[in-house]
Amino acid sequence: MTTLAIHNGRVIDPALGRDGIADVVIVDGRIARIGPNEGDMVVEAERIDATGLVVTPGFVDLHTHLREPGFEYKETIATGTLAAARGGYTTVCAMPNTSPPLDSRASIESVLREAEHSALVRVLPIGTITLGRAGKELSPAGELFRSGVVALSDDGDAVADPNLMRHALEYSTQFGLPIAQHCEDPALVRDGVMHEGWVATRLGLRGRPASAEEIMVARDIALAELTGAHLHICHVSTAGSVALIAAARERGIHVTAEVTPHHLTLTHEEVAFHTDFRTVDYITNAKVNPPLREETDLAALGIALRDGIIDCIATDHAPHASMDKEIEFELASPGLTMLETSFALSMKLVHDGTLTLPVLIDRLTSGPVRAWGLDRRTGLEGLGTLAPGALGDVALLDPNAEWTVEPREFASKGHNTPLGGRQLRGRVVATIFGGRVVHETDRVVAL
Amino acid sequence: MTTETRPPHPPTTTSRQPAWEHHDVLDLDDFSVAEIETVLNLADRMREILDRRIARVPALRGYTVVNLFFEPSTRTRASFELAGKVLGADVLSLTANTSSVVKGESLIDTVRTLRAMRTDAIVMRHSMGGAPYLAAAHTDASIINAGDGAHAHPTQALLDLYTMRSHFGDLHGKRVVMVGDISHSRVARSDMWGLAAMGAEVVLCGPPTLLPRGLRASDRPAHAESALPAVTIETNIDHAIEGADVVMALRLQSERQQGGLLPSLHEYARLYQVTEERLAKAHPGYLLMHPGPKNEGTEIATDVASGDNSTIEEQVTNGVAVRMALLYLLSGRTEAPGEPSSEVRA
Amino acid sequence: MTTAPVLDADGVRRTVRRLAHEIVESNAGVEGLVLVAIEGGGAALVQRLADEIEQFEGARPPTGSLDVTLHRDDLHRRGLPAALKPTQLPDIDGRVVVLVDDVLFTGRTVRAAMDTLNDYGRPKAVRLAVLVDRGHRELPIRADMVGKNIPTAQTDDVRVLLQEVDGRDAVVVVPGRLEA
Repeated sequence: MTTLAIHNGRVIDPALGRDGIADVVIVDGRIARIGPNEGDMVVEAERIDATGLVVTPGFVDLHTHLREPGFEYKETIATGTLAAARGGYTTVCAMPNTSPPLDSRASIESVLREAEHSALVRVLPIGTITLGRAGKELSPAGELFRSGVVALSDDGDAVADPNLMRHALEYSTQFGLPIAQHCEDPALVRDGVMHEGWVATRLGLRGRPASAEEIMVARDIALAELTGAHLHICHVSTAGSVALIAAARERGIHVTAEVTPHHLTLTHEEVAFHTDFRTVDYITNAKVNPPLREETDLAALGIALRDGIIDCIATDHAPHASMDKEIEFELASPGLTMLETSFALSMKLVHDGTLTLPVLIDRLTSGPVRAWGLDRRTGLEGLGTLAPGALGDVALLDPNAEWTVEPREFASKGHNTPLGGRQLRGRVVATIFGGRVVHETDRVVAL
Repeated sequence: MTTETRPPHPPTTTSRQPAWEHHDVLDLDDFSVAEIETVLNLADRMREILDRRIARVPALRGYTVVNLFFEPSTRTRASFELAGKVLGADVLSLTANTSSVVKGESLIDTVRTLRAMRTDAIVMRHSMGGAPYLAAAHTDASIINAGDGAHAHPTQALLDLYTMRSHFGDLHGKRVVMVGDISHSRVARSDMWGLAAMGAEVVLCGPPTLLPRGLRASDRPAHAESALPAVTIETNIDHAIEGADVVMALRLQSERQQGGLLPSLHEYARLYQVTEERLAKAHPGYLLMHPGPKNEGTEIATDVASGDNSTIEEQVTNGVAVRMALLYLLSGRTEAPGEPSSEVRA
Repeated sequence: MTTAPVLDADGVRRTVRRLAHEIVESNAGVEGLVLVAIEGGGAALVQRLADEIEQFEGARPPTGSLDVTLHRDDLHRRGLPAALKPTQLPDIDGRVVVLVDDVLFTGRTVRAAMDTLNDYGRPKAVRLAVLVDRGHRELPIRADMVGKNIPTAQTDDVRVLLQEVDGRDAVVVVPGRLEA
């Protein structure tokens, strides 16, 4: 019997409505007891002093690009899950835009096998909506479902054909699988490479208008209503999308949504400006699809996250090699490496008063689990909570610790972040997966 | 005899080292008024060299300029080639195909290779906005942006300013109207910065489909008010031209029609062509400008293009002078007085 | 400046007048004569010479000025000045051009001036008049008319001060530092 006791931290478990100083005791990989001084009751245990720290369930990410198979030069399951552990994540859902794309039982099983072998945290695969992500024919959803996928998504691209999307949604209902859509209408996006607005105008770059996203959000909500399927909107980025999702929920349509830490906190100005407006640059590390938007969008996204119109924070962790980013802006691959900065960046919303810490923790833990019904779908009871009997997935956080982002020190192979050199406030001090410490900093004090 | 033998003269009209801080010329947004004036004043001298019987001086002997053009351009390339040659520089012109660069050698490799061959300045034309910035970040050769996508064309803007200044002297309060495809115009973007710096009133005129978003200060958040120059937007050409001191017609690419941005070139010409009749509302003594190459009968009427107020040919000559001035200034920067040619700058 | 002048105001005036006479004599009159200042030290001097000539000949020769910067052979060593002075020349084809400078030293400026002149036309003859020849030539160049020969050390600094520019007329030699 192995026992890990985490002493005297501020335990926040939004699903259980808990927020107070307590000890958490993990026995044989599962939460055994939780409460004040509970740790003192166990005689023999490895002990961590969490005084001054916040103890929460391990984070759950609905949107991670692990890049394996096919793009191991960008990231592997091993490096991606190490990055996840460093970011406080104990469960990541792996997007299927790999090479080959995850559109068959064989490819899903190979990812699961590799994960079993090299992953540091839990990997839940997502299958494609269409074969080869080509947007022409449906993937074998039943086969994928039986292989263990938790959702279907062609992320990176939208399913553009409305009729095909309609059928994808319709077909998924028999398995109850969420269809996670990257909402951007390619006909409106055209060759846009950043948010359409004054920054794009200054840079002379073609824009992707907010309406390109909103049109598809609106379309897919209508299709979800038509089919009764579960539509999940990936990385919501505009105030207009928020309004559409809010209205759809009001009408009882099964729509869930996620937002990324970067869309919550960074604007399109990141693409052009380092310090002031005098000179511009073309910062490919801030290139992402959908693009970083405007302050009014950020504000709306924060409020929507607070109010639960957006269910959760998802990282859209999209690691790229320098050869994908150190090129002309138009040619650069979109996406940010995010797992290791997700918590600290999201903490901005707590520091600025938009969210309370328990609400933020909910959106990182039980929020995503609820959105996709991950616990029931995977049979992992209590996933995203610290309920007795649940898996011993825990994050230890210091919400006020300041640190400087140093991309070279990332566990991820991807150093593509516009946050390099920036000071963030909020740090993941340790991560425990199934009762085992998978990440710890020198802030952790063993007793 | 050398100038070191002279007493320090009290500064006369021009001091020995006027403002110049640039290692690269990427856009005019980071040019001070003093720097713009340095270039224009020097261009005056260069114009004079061009008018000599033998227009060739050895000032840039041993200085190597490579024209790296990823997009075809006859005039800008020729202009830089002549500018370099008049000053005695070695000029090499390369026409690279963007698609082959995408497939094989990266832009960074290309500029590094050129630098390894001891190229001092790379004049770059590229179809993608920002490409010269990428190049500048990866080489210590001077990068001169000869047009990058829809972003900037600073040497064109400087020659436009030079042309206007040579007619008006001072640009303060002059109403400069640019008509046409503002969205895709790197000329308009760079001209905006230069004109705003020199105190001119900038009016942008075109159909709503060819006006980019965010140009009006009211389209930007308060903190970003200074992030673009102050301009006036006008979709009615007659209103725009009223009282104009300069009317600049911008080139309209015929493919805009296929993109759904215009119903037809015919309709465009009817609504936005710069014509004699429309110019009647301009300020007397107005200048008619065009960055070229022009589509007569589309954005500009044939008779006005060759009319008395047209500076179109003058712009071309001025372009050589301005580019000579820039090459001269950039080369001076790399050769610090009293020191040998340095390979790497701090 | 504490150094006693090599030429005082009267000395400068006399020397300029003599130089003016020599220029006219060498040309047997003003006809076909053009005075061209080498920008830097020659500009004020040329006007003085033209004034003198006008006084005793009753006719003023055309004058001009040359900026020779772009023709210098030592730009790489010295760096480029960011500003250039205008070059303004009357017609020089078939004329006798007298290049005028204040101090003749290495001869490199004069060589650059002759090259620059070639870009503008083909004079009948080019002559050189200087107020001071301080020696230390690095090129086979000799002045046709010299106001005053002043022996100097290589590192000395010879300065011609003129009323129009410096507020007084004088020629001074500032001794160079030994380590220079």
